[in-house]
Amino acid sequence: MKIYVPMDSAAKALGADEVADAIAREAKSRGIKARIIRNGTRGMIWLEPLVEIDQGQGRVGYGPVAPEDVPALLDGKLDSLGPVEEIPFFARQTRLTFARCGVIDPLDLDDYRAHGGLAGLRRAAAMSQPDIITEVTDSGLRGRGGAGFPTGIKWKTVMEAEAPQKYIVCNADEGDSGTFADRMIMEGDPFTLIEGMAIAGLGVGATRGYVYLRSEYPDAIRVMNEAVRIARQNSVLGPDVLGSGRAFDMEIRMGAGAYVCGEETSLLNSLEGKRGVVRAKPPLPALEGFLGRPTVVNNVISLATVPVIFEKGAQNYADLGIGRSRGTVTLQIAGNVRHGGLFETGFGVTLGEIVNEIGGGTASGRPVKAVQVGGPLGAYMPADKFDTPTGYEEFDQNGGLIGHAGLVVFDDSADMLKMARFAMEFCAVESCGKCTPCRIGAVRGVETLDRIAEGDMAATELLTDLCETMKDGSLCALGGFTPLPVMSALTHFPDDFACHKEAAE
Amino acid sequence: MQVNAPAPTAEDIRAIVAPLASLEGPLLPMLHALQDSYGHVPQAAVPVLADMLNLGRAEVHGVISFYHDFRDAPAGRHVLKICRAEACQSMGANRLADSTLRKLGIGWHDTTRNGAVTVEPVYCLGLCACAPAAMLDDRVVGRVDDARMDKLLSEVGA
Repeated sequence: MKIYVPMDSAAKALGADEVADAIAREAKSRGIKARIIRNGTRGMIWLEPLVEIDQGQGRVGYGPVAPEDVPALLDGKLDSLGPVEEIPFFARQTRLTFARCGVIDPLDLDDYRAHGGLAGLRRAAAMSQPDIITEVTDSGLRGRGGAGFPTGIKWKTVMEAEAPQKYIVCNADEGDSGTFADRMIMEGDPFTLIEGMAIAGLGVGATRGYVYLRSEYPDAIRVMNEAVRIARQNSVLGPDVLGSGRAFDMEIRMGAGAYVCGEETSLLNSLEGKRGVVRAKPPLPALEGFLGRPTVVNNVISLATVPVIFEKGAQNYADLGIGRSRGTVTLQIAGNVRHGGLFETGFGVTLGEIVNEIGGGTASGRPVKAVQVGGPLGAYMPADKFDTPTGYEEFDQNGGLIGHAGLVVFDDSADMLKMARFAMEFCAVESCGKCTPCRIGAVRGVETLDRIAEGDMAATELLTDLCETMKDGSLCALGGFTPLPVMSALTHFPDDFACHKEAAE
Repeated sequence: MQVNAPAPTAEDIRAIVAPLASLEGPLLPMLHALQDSYGHVPQAAVPVLADMLNLGRAEVHGVISFYHDFRDAPAGRHVLKICRAEACQSMGANRLADSTLRKLGIGWHDTTRNGAVTVEPVYCLGLCACAPAAMLDDRVVGRVDDARMDKLLSEVGA
């Protein structure tokens, strides 16, 4: 009998370690021969800790399981959720990037291989550099960190640059609220990120890679370090990647709590050991990146998607999606929502379907007021924008941004003036200080919102003007996009701004 | 970390960071290593690091002060981080943070008088689907309500 108990930090945060301990104790005292496997999460966070039992006829789920449920669980008396892969939330997904997450033991390389792992790298190792780039370009993959820049074009620029050393840098500084896909894949299927980085290295001719991983993710850091060690032992990394005669090796580097280091140039400065201030572009990191060398900087999900593109072919990936948004979007459904978690599907599903059908509405049972899509720099989308399909251009046209595809649901108790103020406050705390519109603008933004809260409606005009300046004048997305949540709150929820005036009168 | 330990010498500091000198971009790993050893980055480290890495003392100080993680003084015996980001706010994080700080009689970044716990804000722990979230030292906790928070606080003797 195999018993799966996730070691993902969301599952641990809900008591998975205690459940695993209770199962081990109970099984031992009953003399049951059970192998406990600590897998990643399936992404159905409302069911965590989700225990799966495999008695040879497929994996049956139970959850959420508490330590005191364990005797009943082993008696077969606990109500089951049925076969895990038939749970509607899971069954209706198209899992490519996350195909193995929650299924395998994250640190078992044989298990990884048995589920299609390394097939992509093996194929890439037999391809020429231009062919590798073409494959990525043909898949239509775009930067999943939020900017949506075509990955193939970035790689081509780095491949064509001439330099004694090139780098692959993975941006794992996942600081946006409502996003956890990077953490989930690093904890649940770390080899897929390593494989993706190795393919990138072979493609552009880079022999060294770094994962810049935020310090707020101690579990992911531990798993990734262990996975890199195992990958080296098995020649997935090292001087002779899978016997190809080509070299690629990588290290995990820990961030130090600065949100702005998720911006690629600031990340590179931080990786070099400097203050994480933003660099002006050009030069592009693709030409002058880490230590001034040509560098691919890609998000975790972009790189972790590369192996499946090479395993199944670019066309297979490009067949999914809408418009210029090809492949799958790894939605993270979060906040005040009944069924929160990770949902991977082809681009095109609408915001309303995600929130109401897949997410099941709010956790509080109250009406949905707004959904913030794309992290703290994303717009607050009201219910009348719920027909917006997920896609980079589609969101842009509707005044939002898809970002890293995290969605935070708010019920009608949310005060949008307070949320707008928080956006400015956050920008003030996290600004790197290099450009004035962001450094000073965010502070003035908080003050201006406080004036509005005190009933000074004339200040809304000032706020609008300030937001224009920040949007047009900031050096990076932090100052440039903070106006998005602020202005969307003001535009779509004017009552929350006006009622304070009435109260003051 | 020992609160009453003597201030580290330049040799102590050198011994901790020297193995990292061959890394590309070694300063952040060095600062993390020092903080792991001492619970903060001792002031005495600034000239040592500046000398080793051929930087100005002001540059080293600038890096240390830029990042939220690095402390110039030791924290309490435990560090409790409460998430303040949007997803946690949508599930009542502000109320939770207010009541926790009120109970302890301290503000953000402060340490309780008995030295048991330092409370800090954090902006996202990636636990947005089981909000509100907190982290006690390296241990993550989801769906934190007052009862769960009280249990955590009593565990650390706050």
